[in-house]
Amino acid sequence: MPRKIIKDRAIVEDSFTLVSEPGQLPANGDILVDIAILDDLQSELANRDGKVGIKVTGDVEPELLASHLDNLDLIAIEFPVFRDGRGYSLARILRDRLGYRGELRACGDVLRDQLFYMQRCGFNSFEPRDDRCIEDALNGLSDFTVTYQADALEKRPIYQRRP
Amino acid sequence: MYAYTEYDQQLLNERVAQYRNQTERFLAGKLTDEEFLALRLQNGLYVQRHAPMLRVAIPYGMLNSAQVRVLAEISRDFDKGYAHFSTRQNIQYNWPALELVPDILEKLASVQMHAIQTSGNCIRNVTTDQFAGVATDELEDPRPWCEIIRQWSTFHPEFAYLPRKFKIAVNASESDRAAIKFHDIGVEIVKDAAGQTAFDIWVGGGLGRTPIVAEKVAEALPPKYLLSYLEAVLRVYNRYGRRDNKYKARIKILVKALGVEAFREKVEAEWAHMKDSEMDLPEAEVARMQAFFPAPAYATLADNPAELVEQRAANPGFDAWVKRNCTAHKQAGYMAVTLSLKATAVAPGDVTTEELFAIADLADQYSFGEIRSTHKQNVVLADVRQDQLFELWGKLKELGFATANIGCLTDVICCPGGDFCSLANAKSIPIAEQIQRQFDDLDYLYDLGDIELNISGCMNACGHHHIGNIGILGVDKKGEEYYQVSLGGCSGRDAKVGKIIGPSFFENDIAGVITKIIDVYVEKRIEGESFLSTYERVGMDPFKERVYAA
Ligand code: HEM
Ligand code: SF4
Repeated sequence: MPRKIIKDRAIVEDSFTLVSEPGQLPANGDILVDIAILDDLQSELANRDGKVGIKVTGDVEPELLASHLDNLDLIAIEFPVFRDGRGYSLARILRDRLGYRGELRACGDVLRDQLFYMQRCGFNSFEPRDDRCIEDALNGLSDFTVTYQADALEKRPIYQRRP
Repeated sequence: MYAYTEYDQQLLNERVAQYRNQTERFLAGKLTDEEFLALRLQNGLYVQRHAPMLRVAIPYGMLNSAQVRVLAEISRDFDKGYAHFSTRQNIQYNWPALELVPDILEKLASVQMHAIQTSGNCIRNVTTDQFAGVATDELEDPRPWCEIIRQWSTFHPEFAYLPRKFKIAVNASESDRAAIKFHDIGVEIVKDAAGQTAFDIWVGGGLGRTPIVAEKVAEALPPKYLLSYLEAVLRVYNRYGRRDNKYKARIKILVKALGVEAFREKVEAEWAHMKDSEMDLPEAEVARMQAFFPAPAYATLADNPAELVEQRAANPGFDAWVKRNCTAHKQAGYMAVTLSLKATAVAPGDVTTEELFAIADLADQYSFGEIRSTHKQNVVLADVRQDQLFELWGKLKELGFATANIGCLTDVICCPGGDFCSLANAKSIPIAEQIQRQFDDLDYLYDLGDIELNISGCMNACGHHHIGNIGILGVDKKGEEYYQVSLGGCSGRDAKVGKIIGPSFFENDIAGVITKIIDVYVEKRIEGESFLSTYERVGMDPFKERVYAA
């Protein structure tokens, strides 16, 4: 059964299959490739139908991804533990600086109470941890209606958009 | 003072609801201890030796009397009748019940207060000079800038899970009463070549295990760039700060590892993408913030009115109090009064419910209803008429807040230590008391002049021991409580970390050791020379010889 994720504020089925070893490439369908094996797969990927995403951790240098962005449908940033906040900065650089507009997903130790911040940093899809209730996690996206700072969704800080 | 708009209040109300929900999920077993830990910490809730401890934010130390009354009510209704002012201008409760914290937050929110980001690995409450806006030696009022930084840092979506906590302090005065060079970022208000307000940005200061004085990374930064520059520094730290070892995770370690030049390059590369954007602060926004901090409705008065001169002449105790506890004011006819929370045998920084109510009343009567907390754990009424000082002094004496020892050896900065804190190596409050008892002769203290003595119960340095002219640190020697003494630290403009004098001392010997150190100072000083200057001139040796002499 495909796993459920949150995407664009709704619970949907994940169309992507994770590929973490070069030999595992399925014949068709959407795939999420671990960045560690991306180079090995380049030629095979070119001749294949289906969407392609890559999976990275928060410590990756965004410039490394810059040349791939046009060919990617998904970037999944893995949070090894929820306390590791590097993924938030990476997401903002991808969105604000490098102009990435595809799906940006938070995966790994992803919990309800981090979702609101993640969304503001530019994530639009989330794989909440398996042992947690996804419906409950969805609520986390609406914890606040007020924000002070500029972020990936709203370029104007409060002082440029005061009611 | 900043007054909340509708959306500030809405944000706070939403926060209370969020935290109530988090607490409920934790109590229902839907959040693990570790997950809830990170959430409750971002809300100032520690679990301590006896009970949880809740730290409430006092943004840059400013309070009004209505807020102080609510703080008093909380100490009465949710605690054991007292509260504690911290070294970061905040206030702490030592006995709140975890399940009642949402109710406390709701009460705080009713007077525009909260516990947001008072602990945890996020940007903490911004601090500044307790005499902001009234000091005679300041370039301009730092509080509007503090409020701008407060809003930017509150629930910043990118910086809630930093490698470690992050503290920002702002200074605008000659003497630097905010210890900005011991903060992760110190913002110093300066004037640029054209006489316009600008900022020097200092990064990488801190205490703890590795005390370091901050280095300057930007000079005369134009105001419109303040927030984009801070954001660039935070982003570099969030991305490259160490996360493998909590003792090496502060920004000071990153700045040291890269070197300040390379660090600056990284920040500037990041900043290049952020500046000249919607983040730039419009002048209108700065003006709007400044309008929240107008001068109060001062009366037109002259300095040193006749009755004050007479009262001082007739009452040596009052005169001493004016000299030590009252500070010169921008406005003629006024002074800023520091209430000493350092009476002997009271834990430094502690106040009772009744005292909090009384402070609120005094503020209403004598100081336009405003109160400030200081990083030296005292309380300030910043705008008192000189012709009312005598009356106020009488009331403060009754309350026990008139100990005329501000800036003296007995105005000790002290962490909660072993009596309350589970991380402590040793007790600290009884050490403060021991020293206060030893030095109970006020005339002698005045003769000694300004001496900062700071005590921490362990290397975390909550009591700022490194930057006391005399610092005392609790250490654990085979299960026994010992104390290491250091000399020469300084928190102000000439920021310095003190040097350890030698092997540590047994608890009961501390007052004797301090006495010997003071004796050496008295013998060696040249007319009018402070303890710190004498130490700097004669060096450690004479002190060391005396203290360890058989
Ligand atoms: C009783 C519970 C407390 C605990 C468990 C605690 C814990 C800690 C820890 C672990 C650190 C070191 C963090 C680091 O270096 O990264 C620290 C630093 C600090 N604490 Fe506390 N603390 C407590 C109470 C207080 C109180 C009551 C104050 C104020 C009087 C205070 C003020 C500070 C300050 C100013 C620092 C920063 C020192 C620096 O710049 O590194 N703490 N605390
Ligand atoms: S310095 Fe140590 S003993 Fe004192 S409060 Fe901080 S952690 Fe506790």
